[in-house]
Amino acid sequence: MKRLRRTMLFMPGNNPGMLQNAGILGADSIILDLEDAVSLTEKDSARILVREAIKTVDYSNVELVVRVNPITSEFALKDIDVIARVKPDALMIPKATEEELKTIDEMLINIEREEGFDVGSIKLIPIVETAYGLQNVYNIIKSCHRIVAILLGGEDLTSDLGIKRTKEGEEIFYARNQVSIACRAMKVDSIDTPFTDTSDFEGLAKDTMKAKSLGFTGKAAISPKHIDTIHSVYAPTVVEIKHAKRVLAAMEEAESEGKGVFSLDGKMVDAPVINRAKNTVELAKLLGLI
Amino acid sequence: MEINKPAKAGTMESNDIYVMILPNPKGGIEINLQSIVMKQFGQEIEKVIIETLVELGVKDIIVNAQDKGALNYTIKARIETATKRAE
Repeated sequence: MKRLRRTMLFMPGNNPGMLQNAGILGADSIILDLEDAVSLTEKDSARILVREAIKTVDYSNVELVVRVNPITSEFALKDIDVIARVKPDALMIPKATEEELKTIDEMLINIEREEGFDVGSIKLIPIVETAYGLQNVYNIIKSCHRIVAILLGGEDLTSDLGIKRTKEGEEIFYARNQVSIACRAMKVDSIDTPFTDTSDFEGLAKDTMKAKSLGFTGKAAISPKHIDTIHSVYAPTVVEIKHAKRVLAAMEEAESEGKGVFSLDGKMVDAPVINRAKNTVELAKLLGLI
Repeated sequence: MEINKPAKAGTMESNDIYVMILPNPKGGIEINLQSIVMKQFGQEIEKVIIETLVELGVKDIIVNAQDKGALNYTIKARIETATKRAE
């Protein structure tokens, strides 16, 4: 069954209370963060704490992702070596480039062999958050088979571009298109940048709808309070489910009558409409809505 | 593993444990523990501290710890961090 990544919730890696409760907050994925949420003097401490949490805490079916430090930092190689050995579902790689991902892939192959894990079982989720990364997103996804999703990092990207980050997000319109199309082309998930105002739920819903309308499959969150709003945007509505079921029923009827193309409510139904209906019904089933 | 200098790890926040360790000139493991759950879990916390030190091969150490309701994985992690910082 396909794994849902509607929400990926960031959790600071050096906070025991948050680490032990992360699995019950309702997010599809949790990201235990060793990067921005951890001060430079506590990198060693967070790395050991996250390792022990993964070994001990039951995260059940929630996808467990660890954001390591950038490969150009002094911490990254230790992060990867220590964390990969306790087998998280995925590592999140900040400011990733194609070349760095190839290096990480080789490192992981060695660790997986040493630890007796299936080679390729630890997945990678690069963050596209530089102008260079954005222009190379297609090659980043192609760099190794471990990549299952791309996270667009809006804050760092706009900083790199030297432009202001706004709540409306017009400045990342091109970036969102670039990432979502590349991800669709390569059949990996596209995760939108988090909405940073933790108490503006209307703004969050608008921002999530905007990303969804551009093809994003999910959104990162920096607060557990954001999870329900994001999930509600990504859930198909009752009307959408009803329509999708009618399309599929009409398709079956048309097939039994030997018709290739048919109409429903006066509108032609062809392959793209049928595919969309199938996706809607599949998602509704996954979410337990039907 | 030798404890060559004082070191600390952890915080005073809830669910955490603040650990300060020192070399023990008299030899052996000495633990001075304060905990908000001393009555219920004091012995268990000391046991986890000792087991972690044994795993790390630390024989001579003074551990001053203030527990704020940490689970075993946190106690273990903080002791390991402090001892590695004291090498």
